[in-house]
Amino acid sequence: MKLHHRRSRVPNRLIATFSLLLWPPYASAHLVTTGLGPVYDGIGHLVMTPEDLIPTLAIALLAGLRGPASGRRALLFLPLAWFAGGLLGSSVDGLPTVPVGPVSFLILGALVAADLKLSQKLFASIVIAVGFVHGVFNGVALKEGAGILGLIGIMATLFVIVAIASALIVSLKPPWTRIAVRVAGSWMAAIGMLMFGWLIRGQV
Amino acid sequence: MSTFSRRAGTLASVLTIFFSLGWAQVTWAHIEGGQAAGFITGLQHPWSGIDHVLAMIAVGLWGAQLGNPAIWLLPIAFPMMMALGAMMGLLGIPVPGVEIGIALSAIVLGTMILAEVRPKLAVAMAVVGVFAIFHGHAHGTELPLGQSGLLYSMGFVIATGCLHALGIALGLVNGLPAGKLVLRGAGSFIAAMGVFFLWRTLT
Repeated sequence: MKLHHRRSRVPNRLIATFSLLLWPPYASAHLVTTGLGPVYDGIGHLVMTPEDLIPTLAIALLAGLRGPASGRRALLFLPLAWFAGGLLGSSVDGLPTVPVGPVSFLILGALVAADLKLSQKLFASIVIAVGFVHGVFNGVALKEGAGILGLIGIMATLFVIVAIASALIVSLKPPWTRIAVRVAGSWMAAIGMLMFGWLIRGQV
Repeated sequence: MSTFSRRAGTLASVLTIFFSLGWAQVTWAHIEGGQAAGFITGLQHPWSGIDHVLAMIAVGLWGAQLGNPAIWLLPIAFPMMMALGAMMGLLGIPVPGVEIGIALSAIVLGTMILAEVRPKLAVAMAVVGVFAIFHGHAHGTELPLGQSGLLYSMGFVIATGCLHALGIALGLVNGLPAGKLVLRGAGSFIAAMGVFFLWRTLT
């Protein structure tokens, strides 16, 4: 009984503690983006940017379809490659406009939809390439704002997203769930194709 | 622990939550325009034309009637080929008789459901894929100015997928005793509507 009461009070305490986090006073030290600091700016950048978030999810889905070994590789290589690209991006002055988002959507979406049996080396190469290229563009974008700490926020978020999503996919047992993941991949590829159309038409 | 102290603890927690929420500071995040509007516009677009809606539901119904693996593969083929059609439209590649193709999609898919036609999987995917090009060409090229192309595309594809899912869900009646008849009735309705669309296009 006592244990039950102790448990029932835990959510209240957690919510109360969380609500206290909403209580910070104004701070004036370079917090002009999210107001929470550069690491949170990096986290916010990733989760609020579909061009980066959806390819990350696509890699997690692909890793999940390929099994735990691929999941572990994605978990290691994606954040590291992203960070390395980010460091490079933060040291250059500008980049030409490259349709990174649509290419990632199209290739990764098609790979998920086709459920191709990739070798571990090829899978790791794709993960590193995608992470590095997206990282370079993130590095350029965050250079004036969140900087390296922002990249660390992005890395942490990538790790969490890939860990949760790929583990979820690996755990799926019924055959239809695997096909549902492939349906999601086909949607990503379709979005990539539409994006290419808009790009060529000059509307995005 | 007594009931009184438990209640006092809960009350303290609730009061803390209440006052903390009132104390939140203003946050200034990146302000961007047209983002949500693009997604919502894309989400609404596939529902805006009854011909488009019926064809996409028909894909789901036919998939449900054909069973595994068509139930999943037809809704994979349709959005991808639809996006290809939209890309062709955006590139200015003409597709002759788009409106006729859309009307025919309702007629053919409705007839397939009505007659319970069970072609090979590749043939079924080809039928769905060809008609998806017409739908994509007609509907996927209308991005309003100032809206995000990416979010519009996401909304458009998700809404299309949801219509397929609706069709699949309705098609699950196929497993019920009178379900086959209901499904074939739905097929006849879609085919009849297709004839109406064709008549309206040609006159």
